[in-house]
Amino acid sequence: MTTTVAAPAAAAPVTEAKVRRGWTQHGMLFVAPFLLIYVAFLVWPVLLGLRMSLSSVNVAGTNNHFIGFGNYAEAFSDPLMWHSLWNTVVFTVLSTIPLVLLGLVFALLVHNLRFVQWLWRLSFFGPFLLPSAVVSILWLQMIYPPGYGLINGTLGTDVPWLTDTSTAMLSVVLTTVWWTVGFNFLLYLAALQSIPQHLYEAAAIDGASAWQRLRSITLPLLGRTTALIVVLQLLASLKVFDQIYLMTAGGPENSTRSIIEYAYDMGFTGYRTGYASAVSYILFVLIVIVSLVQLRLFRKRAEVSS
Amino acid sequence: MTKRFSPGQLVLMVVALAFAVIWLAPIAWAVATSLKPESETTKIPLQWFGSELTLDSYRLVLGTGGIVKWAINSTVTSLVVTFLTVLFSAMAAYGFARTQFKGQRGLLAVILAGIMVPPQVLMAPLFAEMVALGLVDTWWSIILPQVAAPLIVYILYKFFQDVPPELEQAAFVDGAGRWRVFFTIVLPLSRPVLAAVSIYTFIGSWNNFLWPFLVSTDPNTMTLPVGLANVVQGTFGLRYAQIMASVVLAGLPLLVIFVLFQRQIVRGVAHTGLAGQ
Repeated sequence: MTTTVAAPAAAAPVTEAKVRRGWTQHGMLFVAPFLLIYVAFLVWPVLLGLRMSLSSVNVAGTNNHFIGFGNYAEAFSDPLMWHSLWNTVVFTVLSTIPLVLLGLVFALLVHNLRFVQWLWRLSFFGPFLLPSAVVSILWLQMIYPPGYGLINGTLGTDVPWLTDTSTAMLSVVLTTVWWTVGFNFLLYLAALQSIPQHLYEAAAIDGASAWQRLRSITLPLLGRTTALIVVLQLLASLKVFDQIYLMTAGGPENSTRSIIEYAYDMGFTGYRTGYASAVSYILFVLIVIVSLVQLRLFRKRAEVSS
Repeated sequence: MTKRFSPGQLVLMVVALAFAVIWLAPIAWAVATSLKPESETTKIPLQWFGSELTLDSYRLVLGTGGIVKWAINSTVTSLVVTFLTVLFSAMAAYGFARTQFKGQRGLLAVILAGIMVPPQVLMAPLFAEMVALGLVDTWWSIILPQVAAPLIVYILYKFFQDVPPELEQAAFVDGAGRWRVFFTIVLPLSRPVLAAVSIYTFIGSWNNFLWPFLVSTDPNTMTLPVGLANVVQGTFGLRYAQIMASVVLAGLPLLVIFVLFQRQIVRGVAHTGLAGQ
């Protein structure tokens, strides 16, 4: 970009280069406050956690000695670790699919409706604004119980949603979909609103039906957004903890225990902080892999589209 | 485009309405239960309305529970988190986008890499650090880790890069310094994006559970979600009307904020979500 403010050099000693990049002595001061907190409460714990994962150490920091990869070896040979990791993957797959599809369906509906926009937005996005504790307590106490619970009471059924090993995970997924679909809904809605209107007008002139416009304009143009939402959702679902801890505490019979909850149990009820760190780092590696795959995919897509 | 009352619109309307009813039902059920006399909350077959509408459970919850104290804790910590996060992130983002200093590229890379670190995997080392610093059971233990938000720096960095330099140039010509330009020109200019990240940060902080849950054991420092989780397992027992009154009271503030700030919240989610690209 070249500036058009072509002031005479003598009158204006400030060049554009100076505005864009300059004033060396101030740069560090701008960055310093954030950097201080960032190093203290993100970089340092990352390094500390790595060290702890290679040590035998408890919450109080006592009995602290280096044991190499012992914690990792133990984690990999613990069937409950694998079970928790498997549960996490199952939860991630089961939740991601409806969360993406329903987010898209809700956004398409609301985008094409002309009345009471605020009501639709509040209905679909509202639950996302509730704290996890509120959502979990509500579903645990008043939605899932047999008899007076909203689901069983309305349908006249007697399903022990959260207390049976065959339905517990599904119930946690159902609550999660209700609670968080609003975020994906809003991302899709924003993407829909940025599609240029003239594309539809041109297609309408060519006699394309609503269904054809959806298939050949809307959905292809949402491809990038969908890829983004899938990745964000995978990353969010892999970290599931709150609603499981509050509704089932990982039960019944560990059928809903997630990997974060396994780490929490080991570290904060079992007081084995070093081991908990090792388990956390196993998940961390998994999340980094998903993030890097995402980065690559997006870079490829960007190259293709440009 | 389709006409106002076309059959297509009607079908869409009915489908949307069906979903909206399903999505609102749990919240409506919580409100309905909270307004019943305690003895009628578990009636079978279920009834949406009790023999009378009563605010007794709200009176009891507000009068005896810690819910007011926790709401204050949540409000104070979330506001401080939001203020510090936005101020420090904006300064850092501006420093990276518009000034030059030694090691700048390296630092930026370290901060961007931090976006990949999920706070949940740091619970053990962060807790050990808080114990060592003696901050457990204080507001600072809840606040400080949340301020280290590299994603917000990245979003604002991208935004500041696109601010036309001409806007700052005039002020420099008039002899203004970096800091004055930042506070009197760049920040006011960025109000929409600042509002968006502020609201996003506030929502995230208000709803945060795992970390505040780990570092507050004293009911006096608990945030609303943590206090609520404790209460339900503790003193309230199975008094469903009171539990649902607590749930409604804890859920209401953000829903009201949403109705008031819809536009900014929608933009906030779009900004922060799409920044992941």
